[in-house]
Amino acid sequence: MSDLAHKTWYQIFFRNISEHYQIIHGNLLGRIGFWVIAFFLFVAILAPWLAPHEPWEMQYDSEGNFASLQMPSWEFPAGTTHLGYDLLSQLILATRTTLIIGAVSGFISILIGANIGLISGYYGGKLDEVLMRFTDILYGMPFLPFVIVLIALFGRKLEFVILAIVLIIWRTSARVIRAQTIAIKQRQFIVAARARGCSDLRIIYRHILPNVLPLLLLYASFNIAWSIITEASASFLGFGDGETISWGGMLYELWLSGKTRVAWWWFASPSLCIVLLVTSLVFVSRAYEEVANPRLRKR
Amino acid sequence: MNSKPLLEVEKLNVRYQTLDGEIHAVADVSFKVFPNEVFGIAGESGCGKSTLIKGIMRLLPENAKMDARSIKYKDQEIDCMRENIFREEVLWTQISLVPQSAMNSLNPVYKVGEQIVEAIQTHTSQGKKEARERVEELFDVVGLQSEFMDSFPHEFSGGMRQRAMIAMALALDPGLIVMDEPTTGLDVLVQERILRRIREIRKQIKSSIILITHDIAVIAEMSDRIAVMYGGRIMEQAKSLDLFESPCHPYTLGLKNAFPSIKHLDQELISIPGSPPSLLGLQAGCPFEARCPFSSDRCKKDVPEVVVKEKFHEVSCFRHTDAPELREHATKLSTWHY
Amino acid sequence: MALLELKNVSRHFEVKSGLIDRLIYGKPIRMIKAVENVNLIVNENDVIGIAGESGCGKSTTCMMISGLLKPSSGEILYQGKRIDQFDSDENRWYHSQVQMIFQDPYETLNPRFRVIDTVAEGPRALKLWPENEIVSRVDDILNAVGLSPLKYAERYPHELSGGERQRVGIASALVMEPKMLIADEPLSMLDVSIRAGILVLLKKLALERHFSCVYVSHDLSILGHIADRLMIMYLGQAVEVGPTRDVIQNPKHPYTRALISAVPVPDPRSRRAVPNIIGDISRPIDPPPGCRFTLRCPYSDETCSQTFLKLDMNQGDKHLTACHRQDALDF
Repeated sequence: MSDLAHKTWYQIFFRNISEHYQIIHGNLLGRIGFWVIAFFLFVAILAPWLAPHEPWEMQYDSEGNFASLQMPSWEFPAGTTHLGYDLLSQLILATRTTLIIGAVSGFISILIGANIGLISGYYGGKLDEVLMRFTDILYGMPFLPFVIVLIALFGRKLEFVILAIVLIIWRTSARVIRAQTIAIKQRQFIVAARARGCSDLRIIYRHILPNVLPLLLLYASFNIAWSIITEASASFLGFGDGETISWGGMLYELWLSGKTRVAWWWFASPSLCIVLLVTSLVFVSRAYEEVANPRLRKR
Repeated sequence: MNSKPLLEVEKLNVRYQTLDGEIHAVADVSFKVFPNEVFGIAGESGCGKSTLIKGIMRLLPENAKMDARSIKYKDQEIDCMRENIFREEVLWTQISLVPQSAMNSLNPVYKVGEQIVEAIQTHTSQGKKEARERVEELFDVVGLQSEFMDSFPHEFSGGMRQRAMIAMALALDPGLIVMDEPTTGLDVLVQERILRRIREIRKQIKSSIILITHDIAVIAEMSDRIAVMYGGRIMEQAKSLDLFESPCHPYTLGLKNAFPSIKHLDQELISIPGSPPSLLGLQAGCPFEARCPFSSDRCKKDVPEVVVKEKFHEVSCFRHTDAPELREHATKLSTWHY
Repeated sequence: MALLELKNVSRHFEVKSGLIDRLIYGKPIRMIKAVENVNLIVNENDVIGIAGESGCGKSTTCMMISGLLKPSSGEILYQGKRIDQFDSDENRWYHSQVQMIFQDPYETLNPRFRVIDTVAEGPRALKLWPENEIVSRVDDILNAVGLSPLKYAERYPHELSGGERQRVGIASALVMEPKMLIADEPLSMLDVSIRAGILVLLKKLALERHFSCVYVSHDLSILGHIADRLMIMYLGQAVEVGPTRDVIQNPKHPYTRALISAVPVPDPRSRRAVPNIIGDISRPIDPPPGCRFTLRCPYSDETCSQTFLKLDMNQGDKHLTACHRQDALDF
């Protein structure tokens, strides 16, 4: 009869993917952001194969000299450290670390923030009060000291870095999503859903969530961006993960070496990467913001 | 109505530029309003009635353009008047507007009386005391107690706010007042009081009123003459009695069937199939063609010209000569839904 | 046995006042008495209209009947059972029996759901039938409301007109084959030329599918065309009930009379009387005992402000009014 009219779930999934693609690409900045992120992703995935040298191996230049504090050249495009390590290889491998930490922290924090926001906003009452006061307490917590304490207590491990970042970053998205949930739950189609007999959980996740999605994705990108900056800050102060290198960690090494004023290339490349990636994420979230807030769309 | 018209509009058009293209919101609209009459403009949402008025009063948004062959008020061409002269001499002083959702147009942080006083002082050289006295007078005319002059809008009910807006529109003794959906959103009893008050105001003040609404019953009760708009054009205009007793346009016939009356509970309600047209892009032919049971190929291609059937009764339909027959057919369900 | 019965149903809301006001100034809690001691009986295949202006409690009554709000006092009985004593299974059953359609066609559909998702949502949430059966029932009901599934099933709300959206709302309520449909002003936000179509559709479906209908509106002209019996409410109280034609043509309560004479008629030739009513409507906050229309009624006396006559619904189709002066007043 009209089975033709009903698409399967994967067709809907792909339709949604293409919808997101349209959103990001509809915007010039979104497009730029997307390709930059894609580039970094590519580098991160293929890192071990792309890095020309070992990151912590003393390098010798073509003349056989110890390649210490060399400016960017054809041999060492990003220059070298005072110990002769190739900065480009470090940069490439650090991309992987940074992206992993950023993505994981970002996603976990948005997961926590969104759920707390949805549940708090929908149920209201005492539950809302308790959850929001808890969020308020976390707002009061200064980030960096908290990370420092956590790392100092438990050691410089990747998991703790991620944990620390997540614990602080979920709070903003929780507040914002809660606000939107409250606005949406009063709308007539939610009342209609209740009249049809939908349970509370079904309403939250099937009815409200899709409407909060643009905002959620916006904050997801923000969270990833914040995570990256946060990780860079923590690493720069020496509280990053001890086993792998990240961009912030590279800056930490630079500072430790005392060569900050001399080796501008050592400073430039990681910083540039951080700025580029974070800015691209902000561009992409701007594209989502136009969907979340239709007033921003051009008339 | 044997005197010269107060307002004469000839071939007015309003076009909006949007991202999706050009919308021809009002097309070739011509009508006259005479002194001391209520002229009703009836039509559904999107038919262009509000846009038409905003066009005349130069209140359109930036992406809209209005052009007309002529707009004359008291025999003076106001279409090409300079902006500042128009604002000083015509807007509010000669032609005033009670806009749609007027009740929400009051500034919530200022007292109601103050807002009207300010409006008066902006347009005239009256001092504060004089202006306040005038506001007291106006409150009396619209049936608000003068104590309320010093209240804030949120202390007013919906009906009271509407009256305050009518008072503001009357403030400078305009010759023509336009009321855009003055009672939409108000309860029946409140609506009735406001409409009754408007009728009383008419007796006191000799202004004319243009009444814009989608409520056929309200327009029937209040207007002397009515224009029916659809898809940006006027389909038919006539004296109210003529329009109801001998309507000529298929759209008017359709509306008569579709509007339930409390007096005729046995009436068979017949809806007009389809929905109002999108006015995007080039429009050929009569806008009502797609929903009209009497349409022909010609209706798709050409826009019917305005035909004057009797004094004050104009129709825009190729089949106007068959009007009595059409009226017969229109009462049957099968004509509209086959 | 009546399908639905409301016995002395009331619903109060607390007016939220500040903590300081309450603790320090000792201001008492103020109550909005939105619905007060309302009785109603709906039988199978009845179409009952509830009319009144804003603040009369008709929407609150709708919400209570459909189970979205609990009454503050009184009982709502469906097929003889109290609905507030339902366990979760019975609750789910109740939702499949009593459904609701809403006023705003632009807000009644989830902007993220396609038409088919919206219509199938009820059966899916209540797990009424297996998925493929749900899909075919959705097709059926879409056809029944005049929307061809091929054309409409995949559309999103922003691709539909107001009338089409309202039809989707009706479809999503009726797909569950309820025994009762509550309609809360479904036409007031639609264009005039579309309203008649939806009204005719509702009448037709009610006859074909055998469900009763409680139609709530402020528009007496529409109620006159669809309702068999009419109940008039004022500020939370039911003031008159009876066969529609009777109530409209021979109103017994002063409020009803004023209300009917205020309805404009789409005919310039007709004349109507000036409604005989004093003052403005108030909010039902801490109202006095007795009839709430007392202060506005030109015929009120001492008794009016003390006691309120409740309408006895068990009198079948009789035309009743809560005005204790009904015999004295001759309209």
